[in-house]
Amino acid sequence: MALMISELEQTAAEATARLADVADLDALAALDAEFLGKKSALTTAKKQLGGLDPDERKAAGQAVNEIRKRVEAEIADARARLTATARAQQLEAERLDLTELRNDIRRGSMHLVTQSRDRLEDVFVGMGFTVAEGPEVETAWYNFEALNIPEWHPARGSFDTIFVNLGEPEEVMLRSHTSPVQIRTMENTEPPIYIVAPGRTFRTDTADATHLPAFNQIEGLVIDRGITMGDLAGTIDEFVRAFFGGEVKTRLRPSYFPFTEPSAEFDISRPDGSWLELGGCGMVHPNVLRNCGIDPEEWQGFAFGFGIDRLAVMRYQLDDIRELVNNDVRFLRQF
Amino acid sequence: MKVTLSWLREFAPDIDGDPVELGEILSALGLAVEEMEIIGDIVDGVVLAKVLDLRPHPDADKIQLVDVDSGDGKPLQVCCGAFNMAVGDLIPFATIGTTMPNGMEIAQREMRGQTSNGMCCSGAEIGFGDDHDGILILNDRVVDGAAIGAPLGEALGVQADVLWDLEVNANRPDAMSVAGVARDLAAALGVPFSFPSYDPPRSDESAADLLDVEIADPSLCGRFVATVLRNVTVGTSPAWIQNRLTQLGMRPINSIVDISNYVMLELGQPNHTFDLATIPNGRLRVRRAGEGETLTTLDGVERTLTAIDGVIADDSDQVVSLAGVMGGASTEISESTTDVLLEMAWWDPPSISRTVKRLNLPSEASTRFRRGADWGDNIDRAMQRFIQLATEQGAVAVTGQIDVAGTVPDRAPVRVRPTKVNGLLGTDLTAADMAGHLVSIGFDATEVDGDLDVIVPTWRWDAATETDIAEEVARMYGYANIVRTVPKGEAAGGLSEYQQARRLVREVLLGAGCDETLPMPFLAPGDLRSAGLPEDGVTLTNPLVHEESVLRTSLLPGQLKAIAYNQSHRSADVAFFEIDHVYLPSPEGQLLPDEREFLAVALAGEEAPAAVAVLDLLERALALPNVQLKPATPPGLHATRTAEVIIAGRTRGYVGEVDPTVLENYGVDGRVAWLELDLGEVLNGPHGSRKYTPISKYPSSDIDLAFEVSDSVAAGQVATSLRKGGGKLLQDVELFDVYRGAGLPEGTRSLAYRLRFQAPDHTLTDAEVAEARQSCIDTVAKQQKATLRG
Repeated sequence: MALMISELEQTAAEATARLADVADLDALAALDAEFLGKKSALTTAKKQLGGLDPDERKAAGQAVNEIRKRVEAEIADARARLTATARAQQLEAERLDLTELRNDIRRGSMHLVTQSRDRLEDVFVGMGFTVAEGPEVETAWYNFEALNIPEWHPARGSFDTIFVNLGEPEEVMLRSHTSPVQIRTMENTEPPIYIVAPGRTFRTDTADATHLPAFNQIEGLVIDRGITMGDLAGTIDEFVRAFFGGEVKTRLRPSYFPFTEPSAEFDISRPDGSWLELGGCGMVHPNVLRNCGIDPEEWQGFAFGFGIDRLAVMRYQLDDIRELVNNDVRFLRQF
Repeated sequence: MKVTLSWLREFAPDIDGDPVELGEILSALGLAVEEMEIIGDIVDGVVLAKVLDLRPHPDADKIQLVDVDSGDGKPLQVCCGAFNMAVGDLIPFATIGTTMPNGMEIAQREMRGQTSNGMCCSGAEIGFGDDHDGILILNDRVVDGAAIGAPLGEALGVQADVLWDLEVNANRPDAMSVAGVARDLAAALGVPFSFPSYDPPRSDESAADLLDVEIADPSLCGRFVATVLRNVTVGTSPAWIQNRLTQLGMRPINSIVDISNYVMLELGQPNHTFDLATIPNGRLRVRRAGEGETLTTLDGVERTLTAIDGVIADDSDQVVSLAGVMGGASTEISESTTDVLLEMAWWDPPSISRTVKRLNLPSEASTRFRRGADWGDNIDRAMQRFIQLATEQGAVAVTGQIDVAGTVPDRAPVRVRPTKVNGLLGTDLTAADMAGHLVSIGFDATEVDGDLDVIVPTWRWDAATETDIAEEVARMYGYANIVRTVPKGEAAGGLSEYQQARRLVREVLLGAGCDETLPMPFLAPGDLRSAGLPEDGVTLTNPLVHEESVLRTSLLPGQLKAIAYNQSHRSADVAFFEIDHVYLPSPEGQLLPDEREFLAVALAGEEAPAAVAVLDLLERALALPNVQLKPATPPGLHATRTAEVIIAGRTRGYVGEVDPTVLENYGVDGRVAWLELDLGEVLNGPHGSRKYTPISKYPSSDIDLAFEVSDSVAAGQVATSLRKGGGKLLQDVELFDVYRGAGLPEGTRSLAYRLRFQAPDHTLTDAEVAEARQSCIDTVAKQQKATLRG
């Protein structure tokens, strides 16, 4: 029996030597079969243990088991080593330069004017307003007359209106403000009314770095019981703080618009303490309310308006407003 | 309107303070300061000089040599680039060592070999007016006894002053004058305001004996006042008048025109002078023009008049003046004029406005009449002021004036309810507070039973209602003092369903890699034709440029222009979308065009399927029901690669490619995949409805079918037939292969579909699947004349 054990020790030493050189998992599987399989010396020796007398069998059994465990452990080590190497080789083979594919999926850019408009809408929606829209080609009634600007009024000239070849001369025009939307809303809706009306407006301004003949404005209109000029000033203040930041201050200065009275310009403060004129506002003129079938003794309200494009120009310090209509991707994709 | 501090002080001597703070107060009164400037502060070293000799520079054409006397009587040589001087002229001269307002230091210089010992100055260079053209000639501008070499300020009689350029709103005719601005500012500062009294000498002759005026149309003219000045010489005005006109931006012309402008600027009353010799019998008649009557105005233009124009006619009813707008050439003051008929009137603002607009003839005078001048005492005051200034220059005024009345605005007291005013402003003012504010600017306010009876002054034509008066109260109380509140309304804000869906569309397209574009909606004539579209766009009657004179009826031209622009700037394969208005021809019986909101997607360098893929994204994002594509040949698009987009049975647009001829017309390289939808109709139509179906627990069966299909049959039609044939068990249809070529007849292709069948409540039997499969094959064969491939 001692001979058998010493042969097994020899076999184990051979296994150790060959495992050190094993090249891959397939070769390892072959070694596994050779040294631990059914026909291996270790398996055969275990079967032969039954023929020994009990005293000898115990000592021999322990020795065979010890050798087998050692070989098993060595094979497991080799398997772990080979598996790690194989995985490392696979990973190395799959190496990618991830910067090669960077621009495959590109999100488009939302136009700056839309971004500004959406932001404004969202702020006003948060303040309880809905968003009203209307046509860009309008009649003199909606663009002027209903707004208390009769045909002879000097203010008409200041709008530099673009007219179109429909109806009588100067009867149909490209709207010079979004105020016609206010009129249409008041005609079709019972107060209370809380709307903002964003949209494109038109003037006979030759396109240059600071002007476009077609540009975008947003106007607000509130009609309710007991609305005061204090509410107007407070609403503008609340909007400006929400949109520009809490540190920005507002002020109202007397001005004149035929459709509001009292009328005001509203300014916002710059960081250096100076004031920037942002837009116009005022209490809706009783004639305008009457023109829309609203009793000015029962309802009062205010309106305000300012440019959307200008906000985009200010925010990004654009040096040429025409970029907003050129649609050059080198511009569009910056935002 | 420009005003100077010194001039304001002639009406309110106590106006004082920091110019910036005074400017803030003016702005808070609604007289926004557009610009503030310290003027007349002529820098040390600039003196009055006299031109002694002028001669060419021997080696330069653009400059000449000037000898000036700068005070010591000796000629001093200067090189000068201006050529408007004559020998003997008085000019401003910057001596060596002077630091000019722009920071330049004057030093002795060599210019092409000649020494220059100072600089002859233009008005702008020394901060005296805006004139950059040539050297300022001062021959008639210096005060009496001014010595050559005297500091220029002293020689011109100017002192440092503050100039404000104010933006005056259309409802403030009163503030179109120095006196009117002084009234407001004095009230705000709480200092006294008054008019100086003018009492010029008069001759024994009586205006009533010399003039005869009739107002034939009282609706045109509220008041017409006239008198006569004799012994008038038309010369140059005294320096102080010229200086003030220059400061306020007017160019001195001659003594009579200058007085006319001076009085207008000072008191806001426009006025007109006729050469009395050209007015037979001193008779004038105010009336409307007859249609087609003509008048040559003093700018030499013959004007054809209409019945809306107000005119002044003479004894023979010949029109001699366009009332309130421009005088006639035949009665104009000339060098030979000795007797002047001086007229001041109040004209109906709408009448003046219509004529100014019709003839495009704005002027300082008509601007004041259009806003509503003063028909009250101010006319008499302005008459006196004019006569005073004229008589100071030697004219002789006759006694009295003709004063004829037409229809003036009603000035009955306006009942003002303090509760209404407070309710409008959000203030808590007493009736007495309000009255105090109103009285401070010349309104009359009396308390009656807790209300106020307010008489609006004649210089505030525009202010005639309770609301107008509330505005005046707010203005004088101060907008800044109004306590800020927010409306107590409980309205819930929000975007409409349409607006939310539109934002979703935008997000989907951004996610698809398209950049949003917003071209202006104008097209050039011919743009629509170049895009293969009918030329039925609305046209602008007063376009700025010819290239922007038509309103688009499609987003196609604008997108193609944008693509061509980018391609010409080396950005080839752009992907754009646009959501914006188009303006279709007005429907029968409707004045306004049929304005719609369209969506366009333009993919440069892509073929039609790319546009279909975008449509597919939108279909899923919006849950559009039953989207069908049907081959179509709309104008402007590719005849064999375009389909009508039918949503829930209605045509909503087109998808495919742009016609290669159109691309060529627009200079676009390569293909452009195109999608245009009537977004308004799409979003106002059915969409967004999604229903839950429980997921079947039973296995599904997939079957592949390939058909030989004629090229004339759309794959979409085959899929529709498959769905019909497959019935309820058919869960999904996917086109997974398209093949053309060997083994297939010409004009056909193979379309291979994978069909997935599944039942909600049991495992399908082989027989059920076979039956559904056969039904699919039969339906496709019957409806699409397509055969199953072996």
